[in-house]
Amino acid sequence: MEYELVAGLEVHCQLNTHTKAFCGCSTAFGAQANTNVCPVCLAMPGSLPVLNARALESIIKMGLATNCRIAPYSTMARKNYFYPDLPKGYQISQFEDPVCSEGFVEVDTGDAKQSSLKKIRLVRIHLEEDAGKSIHDIGAETYVDANRCGVPLIEIVSYPDIRSTREASLYLQKIRQIVRYLGISDGNMDEGSLRCDANVSIRPKGQEAYGTRTEIKNMNSFKSVEKAMEYEVLRQTEVLESGGRVVQETLLWDADKMETRPMRSKEQAHDYRYFPEPDLVPIEVTSKMLEQITSSLPEFPEARRDRFVAEYKLPRYDAEVLTASRDIADYFEATVKTSGDAKQSSNWVMGEVLRTLKEKAIDIADFSIDAGRLGELITLYNGGTVSSTVAKEVFALMMASKDAPSKIVNDRGLAQVSDNAAIETAVAEIIAANPSQREQYRSGKKNLFGYFVGETMKQMSGKANPKLITDILKQKLDAA
Amino acid sequence: MAVTKQDVDYIAVLARLAFTDAEKEKLTDEMNSVLGYMEKLNSLDTTGIEPLSNMNDRTNVFRPDEIIPSISNSDALRNAPDKQDRFFKVPKVIEQK
Repeated sequence: MEYELVAGLEVHCQLNTHTKAFCGCSTAFGAQANTNVCPVCLAMPGSLPVLNARALESIIKMGLATNCRIAPYSTMARKNYFYPDLPKGYQISQFEDPVCSEGFVEVDTGDAKQSSLKKIRLVRIHLEEDAGKSIHDIGAETYVDANRCGVPLIEIVSYPDIRSTREASLYLQKIRQIVRYLGISDGNMDEGSLRCDANVSIRPKGQEAYGTRTEIKNMNSFKSVEKAMEYEVLRQTEVLESGGRVVQETLLWDADKMETRPMRSKEQAHDYRYFPEPDLVPIEVTSKMLEQITSSLPEFPEARRDRFVAEYKLPRYDAEVLTASRDIADYFEATVKTSGDAKQSSNWVMGEVLRTLKEKAIDIADFSIDAGRLGELITLYNGGTVSSTVAKEVFALMMASKDAPSKIVNDRGLAQVSDNAAIETAVAEIIAANPSQREQYRSGKKNLFGYFVGETMKQMSGKANPKLITDILKQKLDAA
Repeated sequence: MAVTKQDVDYIAVLARLAFTDAEKEKLTDEMNSVLGYMEKLNSLDTTGIEPLSNMNDRTNVFRPDEIIPSISNSDALRNAPDKQDRFFKVPKVIEQK
């Protein structure tokens, strides 16, 4: 029988606020253990939490970017469970009335040629705090670092609208793109600022009713999400095919063994006994707050891509690549501003710049050639000061230097020679030095033309304007 | 909706508390009398009244996203029953395989 995947994802995203959700401790990553802590996040008696205004602003931004309803009134709640990395014995989260509900994101399930948008609906997005870190592998005890306790998270819960592992991956990438565009999280899966759990079930194709689902945890890369879900679909298919029943349970993904395995039963006994958090007053999102936040939103990737197509006359695919990240899109637009040439700017950014970033595995923010200098280089090329070969050479030199491209060209004498007389002299010398090739050319071997262009260029150390060489060569070779 | 001894057992597990049988019986009675008192509230007509989630009338108490210096590591660990280096130390929480 053919089965179909039905999945929903729960994505936890760490907000990039400077301070924790409910206290002024720094959220800086990599600090020494238990140094970014205070009475509030350590749950000392008598301490009281106060909500970080920027954390609230961030979740509202996310809600607006994902077409959610923003609740005019919402409350925080306590989720009760015991674990040593949760000092209070409860996590401050939201239960009955989350800040955001009933939204959707669209993912493009098509290919480079044809886009095909699929809507994935969101149940809710709520605000909560992270737990600390338990270290189990030193000696006989467990060690607890509370630095991460209280770091703000948003949890984005989707409806079971996902029908393939590819859709799951695209959805996750979309979430990452949105949080990065909004500037509310770095969305980095490797460092754990984006974490994902999946509810996975299968059903015979064509059947309406859902099958029994399992929850997979511990997938910490985009690849893991796809692999774990693929594995789980196969596992559930085998269970059903052999006449068994899927048991509703929580599974952990083991990336080394490439398999899911059940969590121990004790860890599954969930009864969180949510109740309203008495230490935090309710949140009222006023229309004025909403207006302010709405007006501060950046242009979203889809809108920006469409604008790039319309305004810069770029192919849709190019616009898509350039707008995939907000920083790259900003860099491109700043380059266009200096160069005045969108097509060339797009070629350079999509070509040399993105290739270099990939090779060096760095972000555009750490790239040594800023948009202004790249724009200037393009201007030099467009104005005929440098040939395309030399422009690439200058680009390489610019990476190791802070100098303007014009200075590099001048200092190294890289300017293209567009002086007719100099090129004519060189052409004459080359023709004179190659009498047999010249005869062959004249008797019909026209492809020798390239040979003459090459020789002349070599004679002029690669700096001659190729168009002028072609014109002059044609004239001399054909005329004589 | 009387509280049974099973309910008390369950709540005790969730709260990580251990009781003797005598204590459990006493707790069962006490919880029933508390809930019995609460039952009285159900006789009131609350139609059209919003549930109260906070005793405070205020809303929107926020804090600017500005760092306040944390306490020292030694202060953080001062009340800890057990510690090592910069860490809180607790009994191993994952089951041995």
